[in-house]
Amino acid sequence: MTTPNYTGPIPKPTPETTPFWEATKQRKLRIQRCGDCAQHYFYPRPLCPHCLSRNVEWVDASGRGTLHTFVINHRPPRGFPATGPFVIGIVQLDEGPKMMTNIVGVAPDPKQLRCDMPVEVVFEDLTDEITLPKFKPVRR
Amino acid sequence: MATDCTKMRGTVAIVGVAESDELGRLPNKSSLQLHMEATHNALADAGLKKSDIDAVFTSGRNMANDVPEYLGIRPRFVGGTQVGGCSFILHVEHAMAAINAGLCEVALITHGESGHSRIAMPAPRWGDDSTNNQFELPYGTVGPATGYGFLATRHMHTYGTTGEQLAEVAVATRKWAAMNPKAYARDPITIDDVLNSRMIAWPFHLLDCCLVTDGGGAAIVTSAERARDLPKKPVYVLGTGECATHMMVSQMPSFVSWDAARISGERAFRMSGVKHADIDVAQFYDAFTIVPMLALEELGFCKPGESGAFVSGQRTAPGGEFPMNTNGGGLSYTHTGMYGIFTIIEGVRQLRGECGPRQVPNAKTAICHGTGGTWSAAATMIVSTER
Repeated sequence: MTTPNYTGPIPKPTPETTPFWEATKQRKLRIQRCGDCAQHYFYPRPLCPHCLSRNVEWVDASGRGTLHTFVINHRPPRGFPATGPFVIGIVQLDEGPKMMTNIVGVAPDPKQLRCDMPVEVVFEDLTDEITLPKFKPVRR
Repeated sequence: MATDCTKMRGTVAIVGVAESDELGRLPNKSSLQLHMEATHNALADAGLKKSDIDAVFTSGRNMANDVPEYLGIRPRFVGGTQVGGCSFILHVEHAMAAINAGLCEVALITHGESGHSRIAMPAPRWGDDSTNNQFELPYGTVGPATGYGFLATRHMHTYGTTGEQLAEVAVATRKWAAMNPKAYARDPITIDDVLNSRMIAWPFHLLDCCLVTDGGGAAIVTSAERARDLPKKPVYVLGTGECATHMMVSQMPSFVSWDAARISGERAFRMSGVKHADIDVAQFYDAFTIVPMLALEELGFCKPGESGAFVSGQRTAPGGEFPMNTNGGGLSYTHTGMYGIFTIIEGVRQLRGECGPRQVPNAKTAICHGTGGTWSAAATMIVSTER
């Protein structure tokens, strides 16, 4: 199943990001961790942005995090189905890194959303090849 | 060899500033024509000839190759630093360094952008395999209007900043625009008008967002020695600073503070030796209402989290304690896409006493500050009629 009526941007993996996109297709959120300073990071790259070590590895993230901040976009970008306002969030994963995503499973209403609310990953197929990690609110 | 940057204090001056012939909606003018008009007008303002220019700095869709070709200039110093809208403030710092190093003497800093009409605007597109296209664009971002809001939301959560406080900035800035005949939007607005305007990307309403216009601007920088022989009162560059931290807003180091602005401001104040109380007028890039508020915090005019209280009660409006964005800003005067040059133009005009009804009385020292990208870069400049 792919996102209907979508003609917007489609990620094209590069050598350093391919393991991430292969994992999301398998419904897994994989990020990287530095073997030297032990910090996790995102987006994928072959060196640690904290200490510049090249001793880095892929790990499965828990898929849990918090909604660090968000906006509610009222103007659909070109190529997106015009289905009304939607939430663009910055999620901080429990492992530490932040990533942009959509917050789904909740009304696009500032009263229903709160910074630091717990969220967990869900996966939405954009195309047959690309699956996006999105997040939904959860009770903890 | 480490050189003390404070030695550059006051060594160069801004001697010419101008906009293009018109600003606003100009479907009959290309971006390069807007560069040309601004340059022509800034040279006239400076009392200099085209042949005096030996350095060209520009940024944006037209490269530092396009401008010399279109204008017929062969600069021996070329600056094309591109970090977004504040790039022109960085160019002042880079021109100062180049002039001090003896690499050039008269630097043109020029901007032209058909931001609304899109005439002869090369349209770069993110590659499908760019990090932006992989990790941000598929989530439905629409550029600055979504990106700048992330900090506003977290600031509201952390400090209790309100939409009414953001609206104070829009209302105050519109009052300045009403006194600037070149401003695009001059009708008075109220806080309710801002809060009732169409939602663009919560927490931003339409009137929290800058204009999208066509226009150009230019500034000419030369040595303090040469400036003394020119017709207009020199405006000396006392301090500058710059920083860049990220491209994608999701990689911003913090969503309640703005590291790039703080780092740029620290050097500008240290180099200048100027105290905050000595600043008479401020020109802070207002892409969105929250942006000059963060500048107030990060440049040290108030504490972190206190900008909402700072701007309340129309403090930045005409007659207020803190005159800010006296041309009407990007919110109401003009915003071509890269507003930074216009902070320089208005800062210089205020110090020369050329601003008519919006003139801040006896303004001697100004601060100009800008953002680039999506909180990605920042630059600060402190200028004065006194060295």
